[in-house]
Amino acid sequence: MKEHLLVIMPHPDDETFAVGGTIALYARRGVPVTYVCATRGEMGRNMGRPPFATRESLPALREQELREACRILGITDLRFLGLWDKTVEFEDPDALAARLRAIIEEIRPSLIITYHPEYSVHPDHMALGRATVRAVAQLPPEERPPVHTRAFGRASAALGEPDLVVDVSSVWETKLAAIRAHRSQSQLMLERAQGDPEQQERLRREREMERYHVWKFDD
Amino acid sequence: MEPIDREVVQQRLQSFLNTDVYLHLETTNGAYAGESAGGNAMAVCAFIRNARVRFSRAQITGSGPYRVGLQMESGKGWTYAEGLTDYEVDDQGRLLLAGHDADGRLAIALELSHSPFPL
Repeated sequence: MKEHLLVIMPHPDDETFAVGGTIALYARRGVPVTYVCATRGEMGRNMGRPPFATRESLPALREQELREACRILGITDLRFLGLWDKTVEFEDPDALAARLRAIIEEIRPSLIITYHPEYSVHPDHMALGRATVRAVAQLPPEERPPVHTRAFGRASAALGEPDLVVDVSSVWETKLAAIRAHRSQSQLMLERAQGDPEQQERLRREREMERYHVWKFDD
Repeated sequence: MEPIDREVVQQRLQSFLNTDVYLHLETTNGAYAGESAGGNAMAVCAFIRNARVRFSRAQITGSGPYRVGLQMESGKGWTYAEGLTDYEVDDQGRLLLAGHDADGRLAIALELSHSPFPL
């Protein structure tokens, strides 16, 4: 089966912060990577430091930043769903799943990466994770690609140990460059880490291991 | 954006009186506020985008951060925002007001436009 990684997440920068190393590792092996980004992060509160974006200029700016991050990570195909930041959970779940299913049937990915439907903090993350597993569940069991979900946050301890830990230290510099490309969102964090080895170490420790829970379907 | 100049903003507010205008109003403490240390923390956010309203009186007050009160037609209601620090009149003539915290993050926004904001 031809390899193709499909990443489904709601905001420009989720692909980098959450799973950027994994993406870079696949891309490095020549595997095509599609990123379906549900929103343009319109409602983000990070505006750069000092602020260089406004509520109204932010979407186009974040799209640009994402295109640069995609180039750095090796994402070959970027698609937006055109939803509005923070409202994913209020969309019709059937319609959303149908859109994702159409993409899945077109791409025939060998692996899908998304957020955990219950333990990924941001309501947009969980709603899109739910829609993704719903879309995959509609496929006959033998046609379903594996779905690796990213869980985080305090509540995610309930899940126990991850099924899979991807060590992305060999592509750390690539991931860091992609984080930097999301300038409006990462500037504050990187500035705080600058000149503070302890913070830098923490940043690296938190982002160098990308942990996944493999989604188990009922049938 | 630049730091609010009360006189300029007051003038701009006047230009939105007694006509249908589109309102964007929001406040947020960040989607991850509930995850921050402390246990009592919670994420709080509210926004309304493209409410069509008509104001009969508009005022900016305070000495920074600023407050804005917009009285709806004939005293039928209010729009209020506190904590505004910066403003911009963009190339489409929209008045953008925002309150940024010490780290430059947006905490509140109040925007007025004669045409709908894009979605």
